[in-house]
Amino acid sequence: MAKAHSDHESTRRDFLFIATGATGAVIAGSAVWPLIDQMNPDASVLALASIDVDVSGVEEGQQITVMWRGKPVFIRKRTADEIATARDVSIDLLPDGNARNANDPDAKADDADRSFGENGEWMVMVGVCTHLGCVPIGDGAGDFGGWYCPCHGSHYDTAGRIRKGPAPQNLPIPEIAFDGDVISILNEYKA
Amino acid sequence: MGNIPQDHYKPTSNAEKWIDDRLPVGGLAHHLATFPTPKNLNWMYVFGGILALCLVIQIVTGIVLAMHYTPHVDYAFASVEHIMRDVNGGWLLRYIHSNGASMFFIAVYLHIFRGLFYGSYKAPRELLWIVGVLIYLLMMGTAFMGYVLPWGQMSFHGTAVITGLFGAIPIVGDMLQTWLLGAGAVGQPALNRFFSLHYLLPFAIAGLTAVHIWALHHVGNTNPTGVEVRRDPAKTKKDTVPFNPFYTVKDLFAIVVFLILFAAFVFFMPNYLGHPDNYIPADPLKTPSHIVPEWYFLPFYAILRSIPDKLFGVIAMFGAIAVLAVLPWLDTSRTRSGTYRPVFKQFFWLFVICCIGLGWVGAKNPDDVIFGSTTVSEHYATEDEVLAEQDRLIAEGASPSSLVVVQHVDIEAHKAYWDVTQTHFAFRYIHLGQLLTVYYFAYFLLILPMLGLVERSRETPESIEAAFAAKHSKKASATPGGAVATPAE
Repeated sequence: MAKAHSDHESTRRDFLFIATGATGAVIAGSAVWPLIDQMNPDASVLALASIDVDVSGVEEGQQITVMWRGKPVFIRKRTADEIATARDVSIDLLPDGNARNANDPDAKADDADRSFGENGEWMVMVGVCTHLGCVPIGDGAGDFGGWYCPCHGSHYDTAGRIRKGPAPQNLPIPEIAFDGDVISILNEYKA
Repeated sequence: MGNIPQDHYKPTSNAEKWIDDRLPVGGLAHHLATFPTPKNLNWMYVFGGILALCLVIQIVTGIVLAMHYTPHVDYAFASVEHIMRDVNGGWLLRYIHSNGASMFFIAVYLHIFRGLFYGSYKAPRELLWIVGVLIYLLMMGTAFMGYVLPWGQMSFHGTAVITGLFGAIPIVGDMLQTWLLGAGAVGQPALNRFFSLHYLLPFAIAGLTAVHIWALHHVGNTNPTGVEVRRDPAKTKKDTVPFNPFYTVKDLFAIVVFLILFAAFVFFMPNYLGHPDNYIPADPLKTPSHIVPEWYFLPFYAILRSIPDKLFGVIAMFGAIAVLAVLPWLDTSRTRSGTYRPVFKQFFWLFVICCIGLGWVGAKNPDDVIFGSTTVSEHYATEDEVLAEQDRLIAEGASPSSLVVVQHVDIEAHKAYWDVTQTHFAFRYIHLGQLLTVYYFAYFLLILPMLGLVERSRETPESIEAAFAAKHSKKASATPGGAVATPAE
């Protein structure tokens, strides 16, 4: 067939073949797209993408865990000691120098750039180890008095920064809004 | 159908003739039953038949289990327990299905190693081999998704880890992971679609199996000598026997032995190959202390973890499977069967040990020490004293990461004491994993390409008939008196 075609000038039939083929490809592509797109997060999942957490009842030194997008979020009101320990650390000692703070993507991993509230007493972090996705243990666990992941031994300090172990990054901070009483975790799906 | 000379089907009755004119099923059945199969196949060639049976067992038990299972995060775990406790014979069906997956992988690994040793991937069987690799890939996907369905702790957190691997891909990783899970984390959308795909993929495997057998019947079986069946019809008959009854009966015997092993697991140790944590309902807030995949994924898990970089770990893991697909072009030796390749043989058995070793490493905590030298200090009654000792050791030049301070409690004396352990040298599981990973890839990418160029193979027999005759006459002459059978055999 191909040979026969090359012997001739382009004909109306060639054009029709190509046009039909191209139309068929577009139709097939548009038919497949809904089948692929249906696997993306649906409206009910998206509706849960933002939550409001009333933290007015949380005492100093107390940590609560809320579910957000199917993941745990640690909210901790730190003690003055914890804040001081975190602020005492030189940034050069940190394996991950970025704050991993969605509210300020370029910030360095200083404690002040990872914490919220007047004195930086609030920590809000996604409680998923950046190594392989386990949930770290909190309330002063680990060598640095912050969080400790029991799976492969990653130690996070009181600001949730990775200090020791295989995890590559600090615990990520989602985009939030805070009015003093209610922490709203905002991040929409980026997909 | 194939290129091996074979008697044609001649319908005998009128009814057979009537059907054959319209739909040649009789011809197909005849082709399969009389297929000329090398007469020297050994026991390593029985796993194809066993694998076909495994697929049927998994599909049949799976379909009936799906009649009682609920793919919902709130009910999945309970519905599996409902199958175990309430459904008539449900415990048996589920144990057959869950252990059947392991049996399937035992058989497929032996089948693959058979192919690797006897050069089953070499021309003209490259596509036969590649279809096999695709089947293996689909098997892994199916098994992984099946393990998610009971919605236990291992199901949940294993899924988080494995889908997290896709997140390591640059740029599109997060989007891809979200698309796979249908949400930002493992949850209802993931469970529901994994159930759907777990039901679908076995039928895709069945389709590819048909293609696998089609290709096999086109090019013919390999055999332990690696010498092709001669295509001259008279000589073909001397190299082969018809598949039925010779190999149907031999395969059936192997299946019976295999089913005894299968039954031993199902009835006496049904949970031996599983993980107890999967009998704890999934809890997104609590991770099991040690996440391990099912045993058949362990070698790949070990490769993943032996590379400290997440992305390169993922690439290495998928590469370990992908390298199989290009193997026909990596092995440069013109000798097909490993039997006649004295040097290859040694590398091959090292490779088998390497794969088993990777499986062992995959089951262990990578940071645990296999061997090393440590010294433990004396006991100190207070924390200050032990910290002073730690500082002294650091001042002497010990690195801080080599020191571990442990608190002990003497229960009888109601007293705590401390000591400090100094590690001078440690060979850990991750180090062994790295060595084995290097050998795994070197086997395919360095050893096989180069060995084919330098190795001097032994002479291969002239034909299957000749090899068969030589083997049997040797046996006969080794026995005093020639015809007397040795009792030991």
